[in-house]
Amino acid sequence: MSGIFEYNGGSIVGMKGKNCIAMACDRRFGQQMSTITTNYQKVFKIQDNILLALSGLNTDIHTFYALMEKEINLYNLKENRKMKPTTFANLVASALYERRFGPFFVTPIVAGLENGKPILATYDSIGCKSDLDDFQVGGTGGNYIYGACEAFFKPDMNPEELEEVIGQSLVSGCDRDALSGWGGVVYVLTEQKLTVKILKTKQT
Amino acid sequence: MTDFALTTFSSKGKLLQIEYALNAVAKGDTAIGIKAKNGVVLVVEKKQSSILVEESSVQKVALLTDNIAATYAGLGPDFRVLAQQARKLVKKYDLKYQEEIFVQTLSRELAEDVQVATQRGGIRPFGVSILIAGYDEEGPHLVQLDPSGAYYSWKATAIGKQAKNAKAFLEKRYNADMEIEDAINTALLTLKEGFEGQITPTNIEVGVIRDDHVFRILPPSQVKDYLEELE
Repeated sequence: MSGIFEYNGGSIVGMKGKNCIAMACDRRFGQQMSTITTNYQKVFKIQDNILLALSGLNTDIHTFYALMEKEINLYNLKENRKMKPTTFANLVASALYERRFGPFFVTPIVAGLENGKPILATYDSIGCKSDLDDFQVGGTGGNYIYGACEAFFKPDMNPEELEEVIGQSLVSGCDRDALSGWGGVVYVLTEQKLTVKILKTKQT
Repeated sequence: MTDFALTTFSSKGKLLQIEYALNAVAKGDTAIGIKAKNGVVLVVEKKQSSILVEESSVQKVALLTDNIAATYAGLGPDFRVLAQQARKLVKKYDLKYQEEIFVQTLSRELAEDVQVATQRGGIRPFGVSILIAGYDEEGPHLVQLDPSGAYYSWKATAIGKQAKNAKAFLEKRYNADMEIEDAINTALLTLKEGFEGQITPTNIEVGVIRDDHVFRILPPSQVKDYLEELE
């Protein structure tokens, strides 16, 4: 298994804007060189104001997402309140570290809006949280997307600009990466709404 | 450890062990809590069995975290154990969420440990009622936790020997617009009402939390000032 993180392929990216955040992912689900499906969901709405994107081994993407859904649902019921994005970001880190010696092969990105303020956090597979930057990437096409982000990104973009920039960065990155692509999905979250747009990438 | 429960139902549907635990609480030194609109105060009697006891070594108001503290009426050692369990619960929550725990959440989780002692094999219920006071994002809170595991939120309450009289006194004195300074005075007055002997800065303990979210146990010098104000 040369690279368990590369087995299924896939890329994700998250970006902060002015009172908004955006998350994008590709749609490929592959098994090494074969493509199995082109509509695999990798960005999940955890709560009205929190998005979770996952890249890595698809079975773990699914399981980790289900685990986070369970945690937030129980939290809502027990505490009788919504979870803050920063709390969720910390929860993801704890949940990953809990499996320190048998980890989930995923690299998550959490994005959210806390009282209007954009929150973005990324992690390695064992829960090292980093919330310092204005954009973050993950997955096999990550490094290609980084290049595009550095070129296109500027701080405090409005939702329309942000959607354009994150979309173009994702597409540029995925088009170069053999294991990512077959379409892209862009999520833009503002205080008022969440918009979802499907993009076309190189169909290969 | 035995396999069977020691706390079992009587034919009348009562759990006598819990009733007896409440009796132990009713014999304990009085503790009073009052929630003001900008803080909470806890005062508790600290009657020593002999003048030879080092008064400062007895701590009846225990800090559970920066913004939550507790006191009790009943068996001191049982309180110590529960306070330590509560501190661990706070830290466990903190490690998982890196967030300040709500008073209600802590009360609920601690209540589970107390309830377990009424149902698990081989152990007896805790012989304390606890008053938890704290100030979190939602505001000031005062919660009473009983040996049964039931917990109640109060505006003002008393537990222990003088509970009945103190609560009657509080019902007349309490008003929702109380500020924390009024609450402290009222709490001390209430304790003084049923106090056997002279009330002094060293035979009571006073803990206060204001809207700065920091719980402080008042040093005897400050307690002395408040007591003098009462005169």
